[in-house]
Parts: sequence; C-alpha cells; structure tokens
Amino acid sequence: MEIKFSSEALELVNKIIKRYPEGKQKSALLPVLHIAQAEFGGWLSSQTMDYVASLLKIQPVEVYEVASFYSMFNLKPVGKCLIEVCRTGPCWLLGAEDLVKYLEKKLNIKEGQTTADGMFTLKTVECLAACGTAPVVQIGEKYHENITFEKMDGILNECRATVTEPVSHWAKDKIKA
Amino acid sequence: MGKQLLLENINTQGIDTLPVYKQHGGYQALEKVLKMKPEEVVAEVQKSGLRGRGGAGFPTGMKWSFIAKPPGVPRHLVCNADESEPGTFKDRFLMQHKPHLLVEGMIISSFALGANTSYIYIRGEMLYVFHILEKAIQEAYDAGYLGKNILGSGFDLDLYVHPGGGAYICGEETALIESLEGKRGNPRIKPPFPAIAGVWGRPTVVNNVETISAVVPIINMGGDEYAKIGVGKSTGTKLISACGHINKPGVYEIELGVPVEEFIYSEAYCGGIKNGKKLKAVVAGGSSVPILPTELILKTAKGEPRLMTYESLSDGGFQTGTMLGSGGFIVMDETTSVVKNLWNFTRFYHHESCGQCSPCREGTGWMEKILHKIVEGHGTIADIDLLWDIQSKIEGKTICPLGEAASWPVASAIRHFRAEFEDYVNNPSKIKDVKHYFNTHNLQATEA
Repeated sequence: MEIKFSSEALELVNKIIKRYPEGKQKSALLPVLHIAQAEFGGWLSSQTMDYVASLLKIQPVEVYEVASFYSMFNLKPVGKCLIEVCRTGPCWLLGAEDLVKYLEKKLNIKEGQTTADGMFTLKTVECLAACGTAPVVQIGEKYHENITFEKMDGILNECRATVTEPVSHWAKDKIKA
Repeated sequence: MGKQLLLENINTQGIDTLPVYKQHGGYQALEKVLKMKPEEVVAEVQKSGLRGRGGAGFPTGMKWSFIAKPPGVPRHLVCNADESEPGTFKDRFLMQHKPHLLVEGMIISSFALGANTSYIYIRGEMLYVFHILEKAIQEAYDAGYLGKNILGSGFDLDLYVHPGGGAYICGEETALIESLEGKRGNPRIKPPFPAIAGVWGRPTVVNNVETISAVVPIINMGGDEYAKIGVGKSTGTKLISACGHINKPGVYEIELGVPVEEFIYSEAYCGGIKNGKKLKAVVAGGSSVPILPTELILKTAKGEPRLMTYESLSDGGFQTGTMLGSGGFIVMDETTSVVKNLWNFTRFYHHESCGQCSPCREGTGWMEKILHKIVEGHGTIADIDLLWDIQSKIEGKTICPLGEAASWPVASAIRHFRAEFEDYVNNPSKIKDVKHYFNTHNLQATEA
C-alpha cells in the first residue's frame, strides 16, 4: 500500500501544522499520528511513521519515540474493531475483570490478540474517565457505558453487521479540513 | 443542592450550541471583561479565592499573577483537559454538555493573561469531545468571539484543541507542555516554572477545564460574591464525580463545605450505599489521594464532621486526612477488598509512570509485583513491611508528583487496613474462597 495521505487528510494536516508557531511544526505530531492511524488501517507501520516524519520535517526516530510512548498508537496491525476495556478503579470495582474474561471466551482470544477473521482485537486500557457509568468499553471514538454481558453481545453483533473497514479513534469520516 | 454555577442548564436541550448558550446568559461575562483591563480581571479572580480544580488546589489568581511579561515574547494559556485520574470524570462531562462555557472561559482567561494563542490539550481517548469543542470554537469564531479584534475590543485570540495520545502523566503540567511540543510526555524539572518558561520556552499558564470554566461565573457575579460561597479558604462551588458502590453515581456541583456524610447518604447527592450495604472506605479526590476508612472519612481527627473542603479533608495532615484533589469520589462498600483495589491502582501507576525517575519507574513495578503476590495468596508479613519501605522511598523523590500519587494509596491502605493485608498473608485459603463483589454477573459466556 502506498503511504500517502488522501487530499482531504493532507489538507487537514497542513491546517493543523499552522496552529503552532513557525518552526514548531513538531507540535503537530500527535494530531497527525491520529490522522495517520485512521488513514492507514488503524495502526502505524514504520513506513507510515517515516512518512509523518518527512511531512513534519523531523527525524524518523522523533516519531518512533513518541508513537511508542502513548498508549493510543498501535505499532502492529489490529482488528477492524479494537475493543478497549477500561480495567482501572471503578470499572474494575464494577466488573471489568469479568468482562475481559467474558470477551476472551466469547471471541476465543486472549487479551492483546485479534480474532482469526481479523474483526476484533481485545485490549485493556487504563481509566477512560467515565467512572460513573462503569464498566466502560471504547470502540473507535465511541464510549459504551454501563456495560453488561448482554449489552456487550449486542455491540459485538452490531460491529459484525456494520463495520467493513478499521474503526479508528479519529474516524475517517471526520477527516475534513 | 446548592448553587449551580457550572452545571446550571446542563440538561437544557441545545445548551452545547451557541444560540441556546447565549439565550441562557452565555458570553455576557466576555462582553463585560472586554470593557475591563486585564489586571482587573486577574484581581477579580484573586478576590474570588478560586483554587485550581485539577487536583493541586493552588490559588488561580496568584498563578496568573506570576506569568512573566518580557516585551515581544508571546504568552500562552493551555487548558489541561487530559482528565485521566481514576474516579474523575467531571471535565469530560462539562466539556461534552457545555463546551461554550469552557470556550468563553478560555477567551476571558487569555485576555487576562495577554495570550493571543491558546490551546485546549484534550485527552486523546476523548476525540468525540474534541469534535464537540471544535464545533463550539468554530461557532465562536463565526460570532466574532474569537479571531481578530474580538467584538471590536482590539483583542485577538486564536484557540485550538490539541489531542493527546493517551498518557496519564500528561495531566502533569510540564509533561503536558512537553507533549504539546510533540515529544514524550516527560515532566520537566522545576524551576523554571511554566509561568516563566513554558511551551516553546514562552511564559505559559496551564489551568484545568473546571478552573477555566469557573472564571465565567466569577466574572458574572463578581469575585467577592463568589468568595461568599463555601467555607474559609475553600470558596465557590466544586464539581465532584462520584462513583463506586453508591446508588446515584454522577457529577455533582456542591457548594464547598457540604458534610461528607450528607454527600454520601442524602438523596440530593449519592443516595447512599448500593444494595443497602455498609460503607467501608472512600477515596475522596481521585485514586492518588489517601484512602480513608468510614470512621475517618466521616469525622476529622478532632471528631468533628468532615466537610467537603480542601482544609477539612486534609485535616490532621496525611496521618489521618486525605485531599479534595480532583474531586474523584470513589465509594467502597463492606465487600470491597482494599488489598485488591490497591493492587489495581498500583498497576495503573506502574503502567503510567513515564520512566524518567528510578524510584517511580522501579518502585511502582516492585509494589505491583508484591501486591499481586499477596492477592494471589503467596505473600508474607515481610512483604507488607517491604511495601511500606518501598513507598516511603518513592514519596518526595521524583521529578513530578506521580511518585506521591503512587505511594500515598499504598501508605494509607497499610496504615488503615493492615489487618486485611495480614489476613491475605495468614489465611490465603479463606481469601480465595471469598466470592468477591465483582463477580456480580450470573451469565455464562456463549460461544462466538
């Protein structure tokens, strides 16, 4: 796959770079990585990161060290739906541990793995700041709150029925300048 | 329920849009401010007694007064919207429902500080809130509240939302600044403080979402009137995000000074403990603050009712007290295992340590391993003493407060619940037999 932003994404990237002082375009790195992850299959390959480095006129290592620090950037391929289960504090108090076990059994994978059909990846994450509606699961941009096993089943079924390409936090349809 | 300054009209349909926000008095504070001098705005905030609502509780007006003003050097206001302290979800709620309150607060605060370019650094996980804020900002630009010569005042301001990448440490102001510069979110050694050398080396003020939003009612009602709400140096209202084993979890705006007991049990707030269980412990200000057992969270060291104020919650110092912190109020019932809960929190701090300082990087992982060993029923009494020793060697020995955030929960849990730790060590089979509260579901997983 050729690593090149769509014209809409590139226009947005250039707009974002202008939000920071001249010569400080490195500040655009996190927003641009979010866009890159959405554009290029839900994860950041080394080619993608090199491309981002060239756009921002910084060294590739400056991108690698940042992408590997923040938990939202996937450095290996993930399923079309990345299921992120909050495992901390109130979510844990109210059933997150059981929810992960339930999903592992239901999807026949372990935490961190992807289903054989490439549809789901299961990941645990730290506090999603939705403790009042625990337990919480995030898929793409969307928070799913007050999760029960039945509710989770419904979400999985809906994903299977509607998702045809990788869902990213920064949804592709939001990439407009 | 007391005065609602931030959550007023929160359930009004369309309050997230400019026309409805304006119908309910929105942007009147901005119009008032643009007729004032910046130093008058700072003075008004100082008079209000507003303290930072992100956790540290430093007086906001004083923080603003520290900003350096070297000629020809741009200044910046950065809003800390990187809310990720377990138990805390008030800022997300506020931004999602009343984005214009934050936008108006950002314009007023930027005017007071002489900043012409400001940023809202929002947690990356909250990209849907990012889009809500971007929409509100665009509406503000279209109405002439942002951009060049705002409402003919001669004041210019550009406001942008910057999405983070998911790291708790970026809630620390210098780590946030590093992250905004496109680097790993590693905290900086202070001094210099951001007010002297912040983002791109320029004078910068970093304030929390709730703090900046509170500036709007302060200007509307006047600093003196705002200061009349609350108790002593805990002035105004505060958002509390309540969660855990309570009947009514959610975000509440309280007048500072409400008794903790009333907050937990009254129908106006948390509505009591879920399923009629007894209260065991509370973490009152986000996961980083000391946990207190029932008798200490309801009463001060002097035996008086403990109040929801900065002073009352920390009454008696760290030995018995806790902190208002971020307002993340986590309630635990009698079935809660404090040891397991601590293991969960410690795992969080280990995961989120940036790794710069050895005591934090190594110590949090070490504590997590020991706690896991204890939870699994393989711990010894020596492990409890070792935990105590390790936490004491992290506290106060790191660049940023993540060291304290990781060590205080451990110290307070051992101090107040040592018997429970010893139970795990002495009766592991008993512990393993306990059907814990989190096994609440009776459903069995079905095959995919």
